[in-house]
Amino acid sequence: MAKNNDVWQGDNMTRISMRVDGMKVADDVEPRTLLVQYLREGLGKTGTVIGCDTSNCGACTVHLDGESVKSCNVLAVQADGCEVTTIEGLAEVSTGSTTESGLHPVQEAFRECHGLQCGFCTPGMIMQSVDLLNRNPQPSEEEIREGIEGNLCRCTGYHNIVRAVQYASRNATGQSGARSEEVDAL
Amino acid sequence: MIPASFDYVAPTTVEEALAALAQYGDEAKVIAGGQSLLPVLRMRLNAPEWVIDLGRIDSLRGIRDEGDSILVGATTRHSDVATDPLVAEHAALVARATATVADAQVRHRGTFGGALAHADPAGDLGAPALALDAEFVIAGPGGERVVPGSEFFQGLFETAVSEDELLTGVRIPKHTGWTAHYEKFVRVAHQWPICAVGATLKVSGGVIEGAAIGLTNMGSTPLRAAGVEQALVGQQASEEVVRNAAALAADGVEPPSDLNGDADYRRHLVTVLTRRAITKALGASWT
Amino acid sequence: MTAVEARPDNATEIGRDRRRKEDARLITGRTRWTDNINLPGMLHLAMVRSPFAHANITGIDTSAAESSEGVVAVLSAKDFDESLGACINAWPITPDQKTPDHPPIAGDRVSFAGEIVAVVAARSAAAARDAAEMVEVDYEELPAVVSLEEAVKDEVLAHPDLGTNKSALWVFDSAQAGTGGSVDDAISTARQDGIVIERTYRQQRLIPAFMEPRSVVCDPTGEQITVWSATQIPHILRFALAATTGVPESKIRVIAPDVGGGFGGKLQQTPEEMLVFAMARRLGKPVKYTETRSESLMAAHHGRDQIQKLTLSATKDGQVTGLKVELDANLGAYVAIVGGGVPVLGAFMFNAIYKFPAYQFNCQTVLTNTAWTDAYRGAGRPEATYAIERLMDELAVEVGVDPLEIREKNWINHEEFPFTTVAGLTYDSGDYATATAKAKEMFGYDELRREQAERRANNDPVQLGIGVSTFTEMCGLAPSRVLGSLDYGAGGWEHAQVRLTPTGKVEVITGASAHGQGHETAFSQIVADRLGVPFEDVEVLHGDTQIAAKGYDTYGSRSLVVGGEALVRAADKVLEKAKPIAAHLLEASVEDLEFTGGKWTVKGTDQGMSIGELSTAVFAAHNLPDGVEANLDSEATFDPENFNFPHGTHLCAMEVDTETGQVKMRKYVCCDDIGNIINPLIVAGQVHGGLVQGIAQALWEDAVYDDAGTLVSGSFVDYLLPTAADTISFDIDHTTSPSTTNTLGTKGVGEAGTIASTPAVVNAIVDALRPMGVNDVAMPCTPERVWRAINEGSAGGGTTDAAAPHFDPSTGMSGTADRPEGDVQ
Repeated sequence: MAKNNDVWQGDNMTRISMRVDGMKVADDVEPRTLLVQYLREGLGKTGTVIGCDTSNCGACTVHLDGESVKSCNVLAVQADGCEVTTIEGLAEVSTGSTTESGLHPVQEAFRECHGLQCGFCTPGMIMQSVDLLNRNPQPSEEEIREGIEGNLCRCTGYHNIVRAVQYASRNATGQSGARSEEVDAL
Repeated sequence: MIPASFDYVAPTTVEEALAALAQYGDEAKVIAGGQSLLPVLRMRLNAPEWVIDLGRIDSLRGIRDEGDSILVGATTRHSDVATDPLVAEHAALVARATATVADAQVRHRGTFGGALAHADPAGDLGAPALALDAEFVIAGPGGERVVPGSEFFQGLFETAVSEDELLTGVRIPKHTGWTAHYEKFVRVAHQWPICAVGATLKVSGGVIEGAAIGLTNMGSTPLRAAGVEQALVGQQASEEVVRNAAALAADGVEPPSDLNGDADYRRHLVTVLTRRAITKALGASWT
Repeated sequence: MTAVEARPDNATEIGRDRRRKEDARLITGRTRWTDNINLPGMLHLAMVRSPFAHANITGIDTSAAESSEGVVAVLSAKDFDESLGACINAWPITPDQKTPDHPPIAGDRVSFAGEIVAVVAARSAAAARDAAEMVEVDYEELPAVVSLEEAVKDEVLAHPDLGTNKSALWVFDSAQAGTGGSVDDAISTARQDGIVIERTYRQQRLIPAFMEPRSVVCDPTGEQITVWSATQIPHILRFALAATTGVPESKIRVIAPDVGGGFGGKLQQTPEEMLVFAMARRLGKPVKYTETRSESLMAAHHGRDQIQKLTLSATKDGQVTGLKVELDANLGAYVAIVGGGVPVLGAFMFNAIYKFPAYQFNCQTVLTNTAWTDAYRGAGRPEATYAIERLMDELAVEVGVDPLEIREKNWINHEEFPFTTVAGLTYDSGDYATATAKAKEMFGYDELRREQAERRANNDPVQLGIGVSTFTEMCGLAPSRVLGSLDYGAGGWEHAQVRLTPTGKVEVITGASAHGQGHETAFSQIVADRLGVPFEDVEVLHGDTQIAAKGYDTYGSRSLVVGGEALVRAADKVLEKAKPIAAHLLEASVEDLEFTGGKWTVKGTDQGMSIGELSTAVFAAHNLPDGVEANLDSEATFDPENFNFPHGTHLCAMEVDTETGQVKMRKYVCCDDIGNIINPLIVAGQVHGGLVQGIAQALWEDAVYDDAGTLVSGSFVDYLLPTAADTISFDIDHTTSPSTTNTLGTKGVGEAGTIASTPAVVNAIVDALRPMGVNDVAMPCTPERVWRAINEGSAGGGTTDAAAPHFDPSTGMSGTADRPEGDVQ
């Protein structure tokens, strides 16, 4: 058995360890603890938020061993031994270059293109967009829209989120992202 | 949002998992990717005393070539199935359908066997598995048994897997050279399908030599449209043949009625979607 | 003395697409949502909610819950006294309005499914939830009334003691008001020799569905009781807490930290806030409550839910002569804070941009056993706009002309502004023709009409429809006098303060409390221009009653047009105060000074001082003129004389798959006139987001109850919000008719997109199906409804009030307290 040495008697606390935003952590948690709850309450990583209870909204999206997951839909014990990256560690942990302002290029793109308003969905939206671009560095508009279909936003109507992902894609692939072209201001 | 308290075990072999099931059976829930189970636990619609996690059993993950068939391990993730070259070559319909499951994040966690064992009739994988004559490999205290799709799906959220058993894999007979399309109908992208049709065809010299059609969310289990298949096989592929065959898709179905459409509407919808699925699988230009 | 560089003349901030200040923290997760707050000794609450829509409570057994691990208290209504306070209705729309008492926790009877019946406080949220499951409540179920159609019959009563479900009847009649003629005369004339169009439209129930679930924290330690809440209205909440609990207002501090969207849905004084406040006081410990999404959908207020019976009269050639509106509005179980005021806000907008000579509006508000309704983006105006814009299309069909032509024939011409309407409002400015011409060009109107004709001729299974919406709205809620005349219980002014720090930085305090709109950026731009300081040197403070002591908060597209003007006036007062000091320090006379490029300069010399330099000098106060106080800080309160009236032309092309009923948006363009624009980037965001919420009403969203009063669309699985994959990119532009109600010339933009887009989409769908004999499709235009409309010639009828069983009890065991299963089907 990997987790409980004594499989026949659950002691209702399980030891887990993982690396979160580059930091090694270990804790005893109740098995029912969701990864998002562990991140927020256990580690104070409140940048990752909870927006629903049916895993529709994607606000809690983080990277688990480099892949986007909804952290409300993973038990903390399931992430034992894994590497977790949240919005708070994205800029430092990611291997890509950060911008002058110390941001991940996708974070920068969201600001540049006004891809957020209230900002509640934003951490999840950015984490999913990063995953999308990791897999498909030059997505079409349709691919972007389908790639972030697991993330709900109520403020932006998605228009500028799509622009932000396009902007990040263009910048990352070396094409100049002239800001006036990207931003549908008026 | 907070599940009821439970104890947790993460066995590393099937034998250990079966031992845990033997011990806790009716008080336990098995978790693989957890993408269907965790919402249920969060809303406390279920409160098992034990959760048995299959995620640490390496032997359950992966896709193997078994000669005439491929075996998809139960805990193989959707994202791996959707991009697997064996699946693409020999079970194209599964690849197509899996790529439409929920969203990218869910596909990174959710598993092939987990989704099938959950047996939500609106799940995207049941109908393709059924259509491709998949066999379900079930391990239990008495050893392994294999059941066909027609026996595996027994009702709403009910399968042939009993409380002391595990679904370990799904064996899919190779449909090499078959074209496929999964036509899914939703109102918004993050929905379960209101209705979906999986069609896969073997065409040679314009003649349809093989046809397998599966229907999603048209009853309490995934369904196979045998009448449609019969009307296609042996025929020269044409718009008329497809249209006439697809019209049979609603025969004998008992679809649900809910917010997204009542049974009558779904009976109509399935004929249109079947026609489109077959047409797209054929790569035909008519619609 | 050069703490602040004066800005060059040419660098005006207003009109510039500044990237938002707010974003730096929001994109890095450096956020302060209410649920992030964690205080020493903090206790967590869980609510026990009724699964029944209407029931007597015959017993509550809390003993098992009380003995559960980590539980501090389990309380029900009997454990509270009047210091618990009450949920208020601030707008009794008529003197005889029937208003049931609205306690934060139900006593003997519950009136909707989701109402709180007991509250648990525990060491952790998990322990509180565990214990909540153990509270045993005995109910004696009563008949519930759910739909408007049933409620108006008064056969089943939502509140039996009231004797009726009818809360208030509010009437406006242009003949009585002296603003127009008799609508009944106009209709009877048209029946003889003209056109009469009679329609009934349904505004389905919607849920604001802000992304951040509501959360409240209360810390009772310290002299002031501090409340953090995910609210749009910290000031109004403080007032309501004080007014109903007896705690002096001076002892309460309310903070709205980062707030994750509202859309009207957080314009409420909630039972949860009242209970958190009471529990913290009672237990002497900080207390937190954060709702789940299921709780939010079930028990946070809903919006819309009206039935509109409409009669429009016109001459044979399409000149409108009268409009009669008979509205039933579902209040839900209680009259919420704005409550019946929401449909009343629509009363003045049904006539829209058209010159109706006669108008009558009758609104019956009705109580039912459902979640209460209140403001949702647009609040009253979307309903009015939908009705009139749908009717104008019907009139165009009747007359046999293009829908834009019938609008042009009836709209107010540019030269006619200011124009006093049949509803008694004076529209300050507008230019409908120019906006329409621009929108048509952007849209490629004629080309799409040609394609439509081709598809019709070819009998294409995918038909194309073009929808028009030439909307206007009234926004900038204020003016206090007008609100008073409508019996609204509060005013509508806004307050601002401008403070200068010794190092020359500027702190702006506003009573408008943002929750995603970008106030920090736009207000910085206004002040930077006004005072000639760098944008980066302006800090906007808001959302905390200890800092922003006065205010009426953010809703009704009011922040910029009311709050922004208050800010301008406060900044101008700073300049007035600075002038004599500058003159003194520059050894010049006040008459010789001028303020240019951010500096007070002596005319004809190169001598000057910036506001920053003056601020440092005032801080030192070594050399001030006699009798002048050492303080440049200033404040202003602004109460406009009128609303303002954005308008625009929206054009939408929809493809309708006639085989399945599926609809797909092909193109959407809009040309809005919102006056002068402070930040075009923020404006574009407001328009895009607004459009999608309005489109979502047309196509997807529907809060459905079953007959027993269980919310069927009780999660995001069944209450359908669109994703990026369901929407398209939009083409937006503007015309500019500066508003005359504020010196910035701005109009509100927060609600415009939502108000305009719904009828544009439905008009497009109906337009596609006209040749098939369809003249209406009920909202939301689901594939099933569209298909039925095509095949049955109806508006598509109702839908099955049952959810798909993904989260059905058949998935496992039964029962949960935070998602009552009630009568799950």
